Amino acid sequence: MSHPRALDPFLRFAQALRGAGFPVSPDQTADFIASVGLLGPRDMTDIHRAGRALFAIPPERMAEYDALFRAVFLDQVIQAPADGDEDDEVEAFELTAESLVIEAADDESEVGAEATAEERLSQRPLRENREETLKRLLRDASALLPRRRSYRRKFAKSGDRIDMRRSLRDAAKREGELMRLFQTQRKTRQRRVLLLIDVSGSMKDRSEALLQLAHIVVQAADSAEVFTLGTRLTRITQALRPSDSGQALARAGQAIADIDGGTRIGDALSAFLSVPRYAGFARGASVVVLSDGLERGEPGAMIEAVRKLSRIAWRIDWLSPLAEDPDYQPITAGLAGVLPVLDHLGDGASTAAVTDHILTMARRT
Amino acid sequence: MVVRPTIVGISDPADLQRALIDAQYLADDALSTSAYLSLALGKPLLLEGAPGVGKTEAAKALGGVLGRNVIRLQCFEGIDAAAALYEWNYPRQMLAIRQAGDSYINLYGEEYLLERPLLEVLRNPSGTLLLIDEIDRADHEFEAFLLEFLSDFTISIPETGTVRAVQAPVVVLTSNRTRDLHEALRRRCVYHWIDYPDAALEARIVMTRATTVAEATARAVVASVGHLRMEPLAKPPGVAETVEWAEAATLLNSQGVRWPEAFKRSIGVALKDHDDLTYMADRLAAVLPGEAA
Repeated sequence: MSHPRALDPFLRFAQALRGAGFPVSPDQTADFIASVGLLGPRDMTDIHRAGRALFAIPPERMAEYDALFRAVFLDQVIQAPADGDEDDEVEAFELTAESLVIEAADDESEVGAEATAEERLSQRPLRENREETLKRLLRDASALLPRRRSYRRKFAKSGDRIDMRRSLRDAAKREGELMRLFQTQRKTRQRRVLLLIDVSGSMKDRSEALLQLAHIVVQAADSAEVFTLGTRLTRITQALRPSDSGQALARAGQAIADIDGGTRIGDALSAFLSVPRYAGFARGASVVVLSDGLERGEPGAMIEAVRKLSRIAWRIDWLSPLAEDPDYQPITAGLAGVLPVLDHLGDGASTAAVTDHILTMARRT
Repeated sequence: MVVRPTIVGISDPADLQRALIDAQYLADDALSTSAYLSLALGKPLLLEGAPGVGKTEAAKALGGVLGRNVIRLQCFEGIDAAAALYEWNYPRQMLAIRQAGDSYINLYGEEYLLERPLLEVLRNPSGTLLLIDEIDRADHEFEAFLLEFLSDFTISIPETGTVRAVQAPVVVLTSNRTRDLHEALRRRCVYHWIDYPDAALEARIVMTRATTVAEATARAVVASVGHLRMEPLAKPPGVAETVEWAEAATLLNSQGVRWPEAFKRSIGVALKDHDDLTYMADRLAAVLPGEAA
């Protein structure tokens, strides 16, 4: 297929965007070229604006877009490194397939370490146990996770509203004699589950197992979001999407740069709340914080952030590995401060305990 | 794809920008370019931005410029077909059955159909502008339905058949970005991210909207709102808040309250969250506009 030579840079630009991970459809490319024609174009700004509008570039990716634009239309070789970075990322992503083997091996040794440290049981039964537990989670989650009422309605034998459309259609068959009033009731939809996982040094023993659990939650729930908290905030929901756990955990591991680092839960949670899109994930959601609550920084920021979170979430539960003991009382200022706004402070010491909590939280209110 | 470079006398982005300014909406170059492209390509315009930057206003101004009725569909969680498309008028249908006796009546005639925004627009695509407001609040199911609606511009009513628009209507969607819209929906639209206006433009907006406000007051308010937006607030003030704050302070001042005090007393117009107010309490004095007479 041939096309006018003058279109080359525009097509190249669309390809470059696609290469950098922007979802660009052929339709969009055609519309982009038509738009440039419509605008004149009088100068480069017109092309820049047309591309931004037709390729729907979100504000946080403007810098990438600018760099690609300069590389394609202004031949700025200086910007090539930024472009190269993108490629590197893609390569690095492919590398994970290889590192997957190592990751998996690591995983098993982690499990072993935990078994000796925490449970003092023989290795084999515990590992089987965890697999069993995760299977149970995968199987039961869709039925047992909390649900909210949707505005959509469905036919019901004894509902709470009359289905006028159906009743009328039925009556019309009998010369307008209403023999039966059909009823509808609301459908329900699963509430979003929001897992906030502490991956700092103090949670080192638990991180791997919790990520595994998070992977299952993402697989099983209709709607779930997972973030990790450490010295910074990382969204790993997308990384956990692949159904293969090895692949998903490898991708998540790559995304989390601050694993086993310091703890700044307050800052990470504030960051979560300050991004409207993220804060939106918490609206009406069941939030589960998996952390020991050992905050290195000032507890003030953490208390404030959890308080805000509790106001937008449906419920907020804190599962700490230190709370394994039924008589556990939080002593750190941070955790003691958030206690009044938590719906539940519970045991997060083992996969089984966390799973039990997740599967029963619908019944707790 | 039908490309129409000229619509009601508007043949380039600059024309549209002038027309929008005449309609009391101060649009920047990027917005008028996107809006022009959406009209020329016949694609919906998707406006995203923080709450209060004037997305809905932009759509209304566009309707005014094109001489079209703006029909607004406010989205919410759980919005359904009965609220967005059409509904049958059941009581009238029932009465009609009772009154008809033995004669034939068509229960699904025009007179029993209650139009909702999407159907209303389909029936009069050349005289209306469809504003789908806060699409991010609707469920994914509704978004998927819209996707279909925006590509075919048809609604099928099981009892009567399909209603088809004779031409593609003008559609503006707005989103506060509380969640990501589906990629396919974004792809179907011409996209524009509305940012907070820069200080000079915002001062002009205040002057245009609030005629009682002196220019010095407008500038002072805009400067301090700029400071407030840098703070990590739950509800940063939008453009509407800026305008109202300037108006409120001017009103108090005309009743004899002195300047910095007038701003301080009317702060509730700009900051509408208790946490934000307590957070700013200590430093409010530094951020507030000083003398502005």
